[in-house]
Amino acid sequence: MTNKQIASRLGQIVLVLLGISFITFCLIMLAPGDVVRQMIAGGEDIVVSQAEIEALKKELGLDQPFFMQYLSWLGRAITGNLGVSFMMKMPVTEALWERMPGTIILSVTSTILMLLFSIPAGIYSAVHRGSWFDNIVRGWTFLGVSVPGFWMGLMLLFVFGLKLDLVPIVGGDIGIDTLILPAVTLAINMSSKYTRQVRTAVLEELHQDYVVGARARGMSESHILWKEVLPNALLPLITLLGLSLGNLLGGAAVVETVFSWPGLGRLAIEAITYRDFQLVQGVVIWIALMYMVINLCVDLSYNYLDPRLRKAR
Amino acid sequence: METIIKGLKTNRSFAITTGLVLFLLAIAALAPVLAPYDPTFANMSDAYMDPSGSHLFGTDKLGRDCFSRVLYGGRSSLTGVLCLVFCVFAVGTTLGVLSGYFGGKVDIIIMRFSDMMISFPGMILAIAVAGVMGGSLLNAIIALTIVSWTKYARLARSMVMKIKRRDFVDAAIVNGGTSSHILWTHILPNILPMMVITAASDIGGLMMELAGLSFLGFGAQPPAPEWGLMLNEGRQQLQTAPWLMIFPGLAIFVTVVIFNLWGDNLRDVLDPRNDVED
Repeated sequence: MTNKQIASRLGQIVLVLLGISFITFCLIMLAPGDVVRQMIAGGEDIVVSQAEIEALKKELGLDQPFFMQYLSWLGRAITGNLGVSFMMKMPVTEALWERMPGTIILSVTSTILMLLFSIPAGIYSAVHRGSWFDNIVRGWTFLGVSVPGFWMGLMLLFVFGLKLDLVPIVGGDIGIDTLILPAVTLAINMSSKYTRQVRTAVLEELHQDYVVGARARGMSESHILWKEVLPNALLPLITLLGLSLGNLLGGAAVVETVFSWPGLGRLAIEAITYRDFQLVQGVVIWIALMYMVINLCVDLSYNYLDPRLRKAR
Repeated sequence: METIIKGLKTNRSFAITTGLVLFLLAIAALAPVLAPYDPTFANMSDAYMDPSGSHLFGTDKLGRDCFSRVLYGGRSSLTGVLCLVFCVFAVGTTLGVLSGYFGGKVDIIIMRFSDMMISFPGMILAIAVAGVMGGSLLNAIIALTIVSWTKYARLARSMVMKIKRRDFVDAAIVNGGTSSHILWTHILPNILPMMVITAASDIGGLMMELAGLSFLGFGAQPPAPEWGLMLNEGRQQLQTAPWLMIFPGLAIFVTVVIFNLWGDNLRDVLDPRNDVED
């Protein structure tokens, strides 16, 4: 990518963030229920006077017209102030920082686990196409895309947590023992897609002319596979990985909930359940930002990884 | 349509999977006849009964029969996902066709919007939309439609732009055909097979997303029997009554497998390359 392209991508990120924040802002405005009353009551069933509500509304600027409210939120957001979460009783940015380690650890671990399975399995089943191993892999990947992640998580929890008593069933903290099951669940969930992808890519490369040429020149099969085919077949995987990692950083919400893993996805769900809208807004923006930055980094990495692009620069 | 009937006769696995899909739909439709109990009838003295002859899948904390609930759950889960697929399909195809056919400003607006949706993890927005609007099956469907239509719009747009350049469209324009005439008789029939295939193979995936929203409490609400929601309720009793979580999940899994197989076979039968390729 040229500098100009990078600049335009950065511009696009800013535009998308503006759009997303505006949409969530509209949604929150349209949300049923009196948020201010809830904020004062704090989930308890106490009587809230109208005067109290009016006072807090004024304090939060909620008596302003809609667009002014958005602009003032935006103005504060640019300076890094995303408001205060009444659920967590701390600024939204602090709540986000608190949940970042959990999300990063889970995403990275599950991605590594997934790659450790998918790449060898995909390569082996492509090279030994039609073998029993290939058939198992293909059956597995087909079933894998049909299992809801949260159900598989629950089943793993049932078998390994309850029946075999190998891992704690109550999560909440970050530790090796609490990490295993959610990471494995996410890894299995992703692995079917990736194994299939690796298999198809390797198969496709194996049928290229240069492979025929290399064979004709008497190169060994292992040399062809490791030095010629794999670099070509696995490079496009990086784009897919970027998308997955972006999705994991924000979208592992369901699995995080199943295992009570302290990550961003679960934070989003808690925020929505408690109608803590400042926090909802903050989480959504933050996840969107991470997702887009990761994908930009992925595209940039091609500049260095793909020799064809390296020459073009 | 004729291709499908022909496919049923010649392609065995398509015939079998179509049969399975119809079987699922029949179970859902006949749930009132098949279910031994009322799915919402609570009888506290029967709570947490193990699966047995009288309660095939056991009972839940309110003594409701889990087997009947799974059968009835098929109704809301299947109608829910079919509505969802239809909405995504209709919204996406319409916007994509308009965008591809008219181009210009319409195209720019629709595509900028779709760019925005695509550069963003969909599930989190769906959760936000469904959660903020309040949990209900309808809101979950709306939320997932909002985040899923772009794929169909892009596909429809690219196909329309390809077809638009072909001679028969020019001929129709020269003959004085109106835009709506051209769209309905020349463009839509050509892109429909591919769109239908995409929709059919998405049923399974969308079903899991819808169940996921219900599982989180942002979809169907109690006491409705819905598979995702049942998993949510069964989750608390993982230790004492694991059947509450095993059977609804199995139902989702089997249904998704059947729809995925059917989608793959439908693709083979309709093979759009015969229809759309220029």
